[in-house]
Amino acid sequence: MATTQTLTPSMKRERRANLRRNAFYLALIVIGLVAPFAAYPVFLMKMLCFALFACAFNLLLGYAGLLSFGHAAFLATGGYVTGYLLSSYPTLTPELGILVGTAAAVLLGAVFGALSIRRQGIYFAMVTLALAQLVFFFYIQVPFTGGEDGLHGVPRGHLFGVIDLNNSLAMYYFVFAVFLFGFALIQRTVHSPFGQVLKAIRENEPRAVSLGYNVEAYKLVAFILSAGLAGLAGSTKTIVFQLASLTDAHWHMSGEVILMTLLGGVGTLFGPVLGAGMVVGLQHLLSQSPLGNWVSPILGLIFVVCVLSFRSGIVGEAIKMYRKNFK
Amino acid sequence: MTQEFILETRGLTKQFRGFTAVDDVNLRVREGHIHALIGPNGAGKTTVFNLLTKFLPPTRGEILYRGKAITGMKANEIARMGMVRSFQISAVFAHMTALENVRVALQRPIGTSFHFWKSERSLEHLNARAIELLDEVGLREYADVLTVEMPYGRKRALEVATTLAMDPKLMLLDEPTQGMGAEDVDRIVELIRRVAKGRTVLMVEHNLSVVSRLCDQITVLARGAVLAEGDYETVSADPQVREAYMGSEAETEEASA
Repeated sequence: MATTQTLTPSMKRERRANLRRNAFYLALIVIGLVAPFAAYPVFLMKMLCFALFACAFNLLLGYAGLLSFGHAAFLATGGYVTGYLLSSYPTLTPELGILVGTAAAVLLGAVFGALSIRRQGIYFAMVTLALAQLVFFFYIQVPFTGGEDGLHGVPRGHLFGVIDLNNSLAMYYFVFAVFLFGFALIQRTVHSPFGQVLKAIRENEPRAVSLGYNVEAYKLVAFILSAGLAGLAGSTKTIVFQLASLTDAHWHMSGEVILMTLLGGVGTLFGPVLGAGMVVGLQHLLSQSPLGNWVSPILGLIFVVCVLSFRSGIVGEAIKMYRKNFK
Repeated sequence: MTQEFILETRGLTKQFRGFTAVDDVNLRVREGHIHALIGPNGAGKTTVFNLLTKFLPPTRGEILYRGKAITGMKANEIARMGMVRSFQISAVFAHMTALENVRVALQRPIGTSFHFWKSERSLEHLNARAIELLDEVGLREYADVLTVEMPYGRKRALEVATTLAMDPKLMLLDEPTQGMGAEDVDRIVELIRRVAKGRTVLMVEHNLSVVSRLCDQITVLARGAVLAEGDYETVSADPQVREAYMGSEAETEEASA
């Protein structure tokens, strides 16, 4: 098979770059594996859940060029559905709860996407925001979410009926595995035949149409993937905190994920992970310091400084610098 | 309907809020011809193009491709039927290499374009064909260059290669030589002549020397309506056409010829 392929020098270069990138990922995986021995596992798990959420959002904004302002709806839907199922049916194993929660987010994503995907730019953002607000008010009213109180004491249960997730190390490694799965799926999506078409659409949509592509269908698939992964993050988060609440459905959350993604670097694979880590880390640090009440203004200030001084985010700027100096 | 005409419009009309941009146009493009659509600025050439390629819906009228009504179809659907357009401003995928540009056009028919779980390496078997197409337009050595870094004339050639990758029956070129220096114009004229073999081309073109060198049939539009039709000699002798062009294009024609 390899003999029939034609590779250009840039492809060979890219393969070498891939090797380096794989080495970088491997190092990060090792760090991820030893991290719970150095830091508080629940905090790490929170970081991972938000990192996955931000990655899911970035798939849409960075790789399909669609700014959704309603991603909280998917995070919350995953969380509520999983939380409700595990609370009501104690025999259900957590992985099934997560699966159903994710599936619910996928379905909601299909509905949101079908209603919004034909809109462009700010109109797309407004439609997603409006739909997410609708979902928010729905979750306040319906009984299964516990309304303002939320769902408390969601049992973590036994993974595959065997591994007790009340053990925080076991819980951590499970969350880590879920995160790796999500990250790998996004990485593959970006570098797939589908990813090539998405890129073409982002670069020049009319041209993609004139090459016979039904661009709306491709955007819709990207939207649904992103919604599903956001739901996966929400489901996993519910099991970690044993809690699903309205905070996740609020539009603040939709804004926060934008902040994380832009801070780290939109359109870079690792940017959102770093952005989410920074936001969650700062929230954690500041809330324990005497500046506790000033978390939001300080984060806002950092955001403003970052957006003004490095527009493509931390990872985006780092990549630019690397390209400038090492090529 | 005979297959003599690959593309035909009947009473094609487009109105924008009361303003009639295209007025009752009956256009017939003969199979195998290079057909030019010319006319002074604002004559509605690009609007006709957008109507034909379904980038705009017509207010009235019918469009037939190979005798079949395509009036209600979508832009991407007619592209799949072999009617592929280019754009006035060069339409390339700027942050992809020349090879990747062509490959995007080649990959759709293989049917894995929705496969987000497959590696993009699964597309590498298309590289050889993509390089062949680049070779055809003289861009082989650019295969590996990011399109954004290519000179303008080369981008237009790349666009032709990408269009060829669709194996079009009918190519619609919107001002293929616009904004080019004389040397590039000659190269594109040769290129169009070469790729038009066995195909039909409908082009909007401002440069009348290009039109006279290339085209078998010319339709002149003025104020959205057909003013004259025929080969270059017939059209250029038409007093109405001379009047419509007076003061603007006639002079530039003489200047560039």
